[in-house]
Amino acid sequence: MPVLVIAQHNNSTINPATLNTVTAARKIDADVHVLVAGSDNQAAADAAAKIHGVKKVIKVDAPELEKRLAENHAPVIAANADGYSHILAPATTFGKNVMPRVAALLDTQQISDIIDVIDGDTFKRPIYGGQAIAEVKSSDSQKVITVRPTAFDAVDADGGSAEASDGAASGDAGLSSFVGLEASESDRPDLSSAKIVVSGGRGFGSKENFAMIEALADKLGAAIGASRAAVDSGYVPNDYQVGQTGKVVAPELYIAVGISGAIQHLAGMKDSKVIVAINKDEEAPIFSIADYGLVADLFDAVPELTDKL
Amino acid sequence: MKVLVPIKRVIDYNVKVRVKADNSGVELNNVKMSMNPFDEIAVEEAIKLKEVGKVTEIVVVSIGPDKAADVMRTAMAMGADRGILVKTDAALDLGGVEPLAVAKTLKALVDKESPDFVIMGKQSIDDDSNQTGQMLAALLGWAQGTFASKVVLGDGKVDVTREVDGGLETVSLKLPAVITTDLRLNEPRYVKLPDIMKAKKKELEEITPEDLDVDYTPRLTVVSVSEPPVRSGGVKVASVDELIDKLKNEAKVI
Ligand SMILES: Cc1cc2nc3c(=O)[nH]c(=O)nc-3n(C[C@H](O)[C@H](O)[C@H](O)COP(=O)(O)OP(=O)(O)OC[C@H]3O[C@@H](n4cnc5c(N)ncnc54)[C@H](O)[C@@H]3O)c2cc1C
Ligand SMILES: Nc1ncnc2c1ncn2[C@@H]1O[C@H](COP(=O)(O)O)[C@@H](O)[C@H]1O
Repeated sequence: MPVLVIAQHNNSTINPATLNTVTAARKIDADVHVLVAGSDNQAAADAAAKIHGVKKVIKVDAPELEKRLAENHAPVIAANADGYSHILAPATTFGKNVMPRVAALLDTQQISDIIDVIDGDTFKRPIYGGQAIAEVKSSDSQKVITVRPTAFDAVDADGGSAEASDGAASGDAGLSSFVGLEASESDRPDLSSAKIVVSGGRGFGSKENFAMIEALADKLGAAIGASRAAVDSGYVPNDYQVGQTGKVVAPELYIAVGISGAIQHLAGMKDSKVIVAINKDEEAPIFSIADYGLVADLFDAVPELTDKL
Repeated sequence: MKVLVPIKRVIDYNVKVRVKADNSGVELNNVKMSMNPFDEIAVEEAIKLKEVGKVTEIVVVSIGPDKAADVMRTAMAMGADRGILVKTDAALDLGGVEPLAVAKTLKALVDKESPDFVIMGKQSIDDDSNQTGQMLAALLGWAQGTFASKVVLGDGKVDVTREVDGGLETVSLKLPAVITTDLRLNEPRYVKLPDIMKAKKKELEEITPEDLDVDYTPRLTVVSVSEPPVRSGGVKVASVDELIDKLKNEAKVI
């Protein structure tokens, strides 16, 4: 049976996490279809049709789908899920918000945040903040799954030529409306997919001091991440938080500065290829997973590092 | 307004988890258990709303073993008015009561209690599912405001600011609705000893899943639970120069 991937998009472009989700889907079955639900979303549907390995794109275009309101999206996904054995979406805040609602509509027990596909019924997922890995086997006939993007390579965004079709809309549920988005946009690479991430923690002591990390990130062309403590203290916006309950990243290089290395933080970055820790406390748990540890005062080390790069 | 707050008893967030030798699960015997941190935030928010006169009654609900009464007493010591414990000895982290079953239980309780809204955690720190609130909203046909960092209750509606990947999104929801909490919503208060004593006198009703006619048969079977790949620490470098050298010439990442 074909499998259905729910595209994350902004009506014109496809969010890269969709490409990792397609890889996971292809491990289940080669017949991968993509649902692009939105409003005025022809450009996004066209982009989806070019994704390598996608056989068919279903576009649903309706005004109530412009924003990603779960109340309006979930019924559309459920209504278009007929004939699919698996329905997958990335485990981003979009997927996390909408997919459990779909699962409940279909009376199926969602499998969250998978990191491996064993077979069509069996998947691996981290539990307890990545302190254990569970392999679970689903007995539901239709499976709703969210996919941890960093655990699967991205397929090529180009090269495919999927068949296009239109799917049915479900109307406005009339339960919710979009008020606004306070976007925390920056010119830096996207945190979730950046090759290099420089993360700061409570060690910076203030928002003003945290700016120091920006110079370092600029030098490296890196994205900026943060610990919960740095976000709670207002040094950076909420979506910079890396960890069990924030973003999961796995860059080539992760530099943790002034971060102690709590389990909840490690959960979001320990699959990075190379980890550097800069901390003045040589006992800090972050050193136990760092490839290169520098015991130093960050107020000396960060400017020096920025200078010398 | 009446509010229902589902709270879960989980392993304390400070505990280092150990996988059982037979790979059947994680060790929960003689391990410190607490209220799921996100649920504490939900309880706190309900109390804050009661303090400003918008909420009149706070009912906490937990699905779990007898011991789950402990976290319910904590919630009552914080300020919740009464509790309903749905008693089960099934596992709550995996292989037992799953989010869909929890959501169905909560739906049955909502049907009985008719709250004006439900506020709960976004995620249990044991199963890390992040599902139950969204599922409950679907089963009830209600709006959902997930990952909330701000909640503004209005007349027949609630505005929820949500922590999303792109920043902060605000949605306006028709009441009744389900709200799930994120870390920045508030800072839960500490309970004081006299409040713990007072909480013991508050009403705690015990019922069973059968009373609510909810089926707890799991849909997922646990094949195995294993340790994650261990990442051993590498080397300490003595200086910034040595660090740059290693990154350039050994790791070749810059
Ligand atoms: C439910 C829940 C969910 C959570 N989710 C997350 C999550 O997703 N992500 C996350 O990160 N955390 C999360 N946490 C929080 C986590 O438990 C830690 O509290 C947090 O990660 C600590 O942040 P930190 O390392 O910046 O601060 P701290 O632990 O205070 O560490 C600061 C570090 O800076 C060092 N330092 C101080 N000054 C200097 C200096 N001048 N030079 C060099 N080093 C210095 C110190 O030695 C220390 O190691 C969560 C917690 C809970 C309860
Ligand atoms: N056994 C339970 N009893 C009460 N509430 C629960 C239970 N399990 C989950 N919840 C609620 O659902 C939220 C999300 O849990 P989960 O979907 O398991 O990540 C939690 O933060 C709780 O508010």
